[in-house]
Amino acid sequence: MHELAVTESVIAAISTQLPDSRVVVVHLEIGRLSGVMPDAVRFCFELAGEGTCVEGARLDITEPEGVGDCAACGASFPARDPLALCPCGSADVTISGGADLLIKAVEVADDV
Amino acid sequence: MCETCGCDGGDAARLTTLTAPGDGPGHAAGHVHVHDPVPVPVHGHGHGHDDGHVVTLGQKVLARNDDLAVRNRAWLAERGIAALNVMSSPGSGKTTLLERTVADLSPDRPISVIEGDQETLLDARRLAAAGARTVQVNTGAGCHLDAAMVAGALAALGPPDGSTVFVENVGNLVCPALFDLGERARVVLMSVTEGDDKPLKYPHMFRGADVLLLNKTDLLPHVDFDMDACRAAARRLCPGLRVLPVSATRGDGLGAWYDWLDEVTAAP
Repeated sequence: MHELAVTESVIAAISTQLPDSRVVVVHLEIGRLSGVMPDAVRFCFELAGEGTCVEGARLDITEPEGVGDCAACGASFPARDPLALCPCGSADVTISGGADLLIKAVEVADDV
Repeated sequence: MCETCGCDGGDAARLTTLTAPGDGPGHAAGHVHVHDPVPVPVHGHGHGHDDGHVVTLGQKVLARNDDLAVRNRAWLAERGIAALNVMSSPGSGKTTLLERTVADLSPDRPISVIEGDQETLLDARRLAAAGARTVQVNTGAGCHLDAAMVAGALAALGPPDGSTVFVENVGNLVCPALFDLGERARVVLMSVTEGDDKPLKYPHMFRGADVLLLNKTDLLPHVDFDMDACRAAARRLCPGLRVLPVSATRGDGLGAWYDWLDEVTAAP
């Protein structure tokens, strides 16, 4: 359940950056090949956020598709899993997208 | 509350040092924590919400861990210490492999161990008895070691310059794959009782491996395990991966493992 550690990292990072703010929305990017389950992060966020600046905040998660780059034919293609095969049949594929975990932005209330 | 610094160490990992026989007295315990949060610059902000404003962060979620891992790597490099992150599911034989490795090699080279488990000092005691100075990190509810825990454990361990440090991660093929500890190489272990399709089921772990040890080969006559299929599955994820069949209990194949260790620890 690394999602708890991941969620705690998100909250710690936001608390460090914006210690005196009331956060109303957190925009996260969880790539489909990142190895992190968005639903588990949602579950942890509510629990781990209690008593912090993100308590009660809405979590907005985007999940970019994976991207594979084929060494055989040079094409980039959508990769649904880390074992992606290029449409040309080659398995010599490097994953170049969809593996990132990013805190993109937060929306902060002005009433504090 | 931590008596040393006054921080709330309640959720932190617990740390206990065990000395090897003949290593002199010594016992230290404490919790692992790192105090200086790593600030990441805020890149700017724009307005986009009626009752507030948007702050753009564009920050990696694991930025703090990754930054600490970079510091660990630099600390180790300055001292010529090779740290190896050993990972597997529970029961694959990590501790037995390390026990044997310490017993076989430690007369010629100093080896110390950072031992990760949720609870108990059982594995640390085994490795200390085998001859390695060992720090046990008990993660409590935690399912993996992170770079902060390893930083604390290295400070407690004080490994000599030019030595080898094994980090035996918490038994788990999922979470440890995500956390850079500052290691020089990642050793992934699986046993032949686990099924030759395991790499395909846990791709993140196997994709990041530098070497794969297939342990418990002494049990091959009793289990349905296709060595070639497992090798092929692992190499689909990690082309060119070194795969070494071993039996840590019987000693089979350990020569190739020690050769690999020589290679990876010799490189600066």
